Amino acid sequence: MAVAVPSAVRASTAGEPGGRPSRRRRALGIGIVLLGVLVAWELAKWLGGDPWRIHATIGGVPIDYEHVPPLHWRIADDLSLPHVWDVVRAFVDPAQRNGAPLGVVLFGQAMFTLREALTGFVLGALLGLGLGILFVHSRLAERSLVPYVVASQTVPILAIAPLVAVAVKADWLSVMFVTAYLTFFPVTIASLRGLRAADARAFELFRSYAATRRTTLWRLRLPSSVPYLFSALKVAAAASVIGAIIGEQAAGVGAGLGSAIITYNQYYITAPERLWATIVMCTVVGLTFVGLITLVERLFMRGRYRPPEVAR
Amino acid sequence: MTADAGRPASEPTSDAAVVELSGVAKTFGAGPDSTTALTGIDLAVRSREFVSLIGPSGCGKSTLLRLVADLIAPTTGEVRVNGKTARQARLDRDYGMVFQAPVLMDWRTVATNIELPLEIMGYDKAERKRRSADLLRLVELEGFAERHPWQLSGGMQQRVAIARAIAFDPKILLMDEPFGALDEMTRERMNVEVMRIWQETGTTVLFVTHSIPEAVFLSSRVVVMSARPGRISRVIDVDLPRPRTIETRESEAYFHLVTEVREALRQREGQPVGPDDRDPTSTDRIRAEGYA
Repeated sequence: MAVAVPSAVRASTAGEPGGRPSRRRRALGIGIVLLGVLVAWELAKWLGGDPWRIHATIGGVPIDYEHVPPLHWRIADDLSLPHVWDVVRAFVDPAQRNGAPLGVVLFGQAMFTLREALTGFVLGALLGLGLGILFVHSRLAERSLVPYVVASQTVPILAIAPLVAVAVKADWLSVMFVTAYLTFFPVTIASLRGLRAADARAFELFRSYAATRRTTLWRLRLPSSVPYLFSALKVAAAASVIGAIIGEQAAGVGAGLGSAIITYNQYYITAPERLWATIVMCTVVGLTFVGLITLVERLFMRGRYRPPEVAR
Repeated sequence: MTADAGRPASEPTSDAAVVELSGVAKTFGAGPDSTTALTGIDLAVRSREFVSLIGPSGCGKSTLLRLVADLIAPTTGEVRVNGKTARQARLDRDYGMVFQAPVLMDWRTVATNIELPLEIMGYDKAERKRRSADLLRLVELEGFAERHPWQLSGGMQQRVAIARAIAFDPKILLMDEPFGALDEMTRERMNVEVMRIWQETGTTVLFVTHSIPEAVFLSSRVVVMSARPGRISRVIDVDLPRPRTIETRESEAYFHLVTEVREALRQREGQPVGPDDRDPTSTDRIRAEGYA
């Protein structure tokens, strides 16, 4: 709702808000944090990990480095916390003898999981929005059903997932259900707020036009719920990847990141960096999905009022 | 666009009552916690009249407007609009509404905000475009069609809200303190503008305001209300000649009327009016000016 915003100040932000300089600065900030985490990781290993024995050649320059850490921390040993470069190298090394590199294999699994996550996400988001629309139109439905919606999220998904897998024979379908189960909740809660977020006088305005409920939904409720909805969709997107992974494991799906996690868990003693590589891939999938939602959000938010950055 | 287009200079009203309230009361809540917002309201607004409702906070002037708009229902009494119930009038889309805040949709452009009621009421696209272009000219916002509301000043946003309210040619324009959030200079400009629009469109206006000069300047009649319980304490006819201009605000008759409204407002507070107050002397005139 646009409510009396001083003009001249806003007019200047009319062009392309969040222009290039600030975006570049943000990327730089994210990079610095990542670098900091990696440095802390290796620093922990340098102080309390297993002995370092690096013998390699990088760009024709031979590196021979040996170091015995002064302390001994269990969490920093090579089994718990493999070297960053070992994890990176795991992506390039073949997954199986004479096979494709692990990175390629994982990418295939990731695409499989992303597809499952996407279908479950769509189902969950539609269900969530549908429930939200039902609830804002029926006080009775809201009062009697919302407690169950909340209760549904207190049930451990790890316990539900195998039940769903048994009940629904098809693998992909049960994965989709588990994913939808995790994703509908944030969308329901956000749409409950968002669909009511418009100014009370805007509702009066629509009443004065003798607008039907449907018109009010399409032209007022849904547009004003967009910012709320997208916050929830980002949460749901991240949750959907987790849901798909858990669903795959529960249903015993032979592909996807869920099965990859189980596989590399079994080889953890000999190759911990492979599980780490899989974890990295899971994160990349989640981030990609959330990133996609953010792009779509930008499309929807075009032309809308964005509060200016306020000095804190 | 001339100010007196299509209108005689004298009070341009006819006898047909467009809005008629009889024995209307409104009580919020029930039992000991109930509040009587309005009681014993009898009011008839004639076609093409410009009637202002003025009174202190809590006198129920906005409630009265909302009763006419069928946003709320009266506890007792009857509201008739164009010979129909208020509800039927709303369903027939007889009202255009303007609130204190512009209440524009920030995801729509200025033009599509104005076209919103037309979209809802099923006007075809060509007609919508034609009307919004005309209205943008009427409220002097040509060239802002593709802007978004938040890129406009408060006064410009309120002009968009007015254009939107009259887009579908409603017979009655209900305005609830439309300029309450604007600065004094913008407000006076908007007063002139809303009067010009009223004269050009020939609608009947019911106008809620806190400002005495605004009420006198704009209205054919000023309805003075008092609080606890909300009721009409006086109705003052404003017979200032039209078209009214900036000079109107400096005329003797205008000062007298401002004083009269102010006294009426003071009376209902239970303060007896002294002889000094009744006499529009020079000191009083200064006060009248200062009130703006």
